Amino acid sequence: MSKRPVLELVGENKQLLISHIPHAQAIGLTVVDARPDEAWLKVPYGEHLVGNPETGVVHGGVITTLLDNAAGTAVIAALEDARSIATLDLRIDYMKPATPRRDIIGYCHCYKVTRRIAFVRGVAYHDTPDEPIATMVAAFMVGANRSLPAVYMSGA
Amino acid sequence: MGFFQRLREGGTTADYQALLERIPYARFLGITLDTIGEQGLVIRLVFDRRLIGNPHLPAIHGGVIGAFLEFAAILELVHQGEGEALPKPIDLTIDYLRSAKPDDVLARAIITKHGRRVANVRVEAWQGTPDRLVAAAHGHFLMPSGGDHAE
Repeated sequence: MSKRPVLELVGENKQLLISHIPHAQAIGLTVVDARPDEAWLKVPYGEHLVGNPETGVVHGGVITTLLDNAAGTAVIAALEDARSIATLDLRIDYMKPATPRRDIIGYCHCYKVTRRIAFVRGVAYHDTPDEPIATMVAAFMVGANRSLPAVYMSGA
Repeated sequence: MGFFQRLREGGTTADYQALLERIPYARFLGITLDTIGEQGLVIRLVFDRRLIGNPHLPAIHGGVIGAFLEFAAILELVHQGEGEALPKPIDLTIDYLRSAKPDDVLARAIITKHGRRVANVRVEAWQGTPDRLVAAAHGHFLMPSGGDHAE
């Protein structure tokens, strides 16, 4: 297993952090940026993501998926070596509906990693995190299982 | 009489299925109505490879499980509530208990407290037998006022 941080392994191609995830592909998630402890992901607006056909607002579950994935990416970006992770719990607070036909950014900060657990805070927004669509807190198990994406093990 | 009111008064699984099919994201995920019982609705997430979040286990994406649990809560609130608008989520806390394997998932919601404006709901999701939970959630939902189309 590589001892290099995953961020170094992916280099400039930060999309590699999530490109192995079929559901991330299915909803068009992209990595806007990733730094140690932090990740910014984007979900593009799509008619298939709408939860209320009368208003065109995307379903809350789309925001949950965006933030769960951004949180996991922030944990991966915080770890000093490539290890598997699994979401233990996730709380999401919905502040306001997302604006129809606009992309949504999910930003997450992994603010603490212990030997077995990582703690993450996050926010979903259109323009600025000061105008949140939703906020999130989550805990992840670190080293939860033996699954590791190929990218995390390459270049050892 | 509105669509939701007709659902409550003798709605069949096909009627609830029709409601789900009006919601694009429910169609996209593959959520169907499984059964209507005395304990409420049971909904089904039909497995598809596109739902995978960890291809190496493999396991369904945690966000998809969260979305599915939220659907279970909203449908049960439509089933037991009043008004003609969908309840709006205020907050949701999801506990992930096991990785969800590449197979169908079922879920049901229990309305812990049905207030006039806010409802508190618990949800459980399982694979195989109902005692084999893959996730549980609890959350609050803002209820539409009775018969009011506003909001």
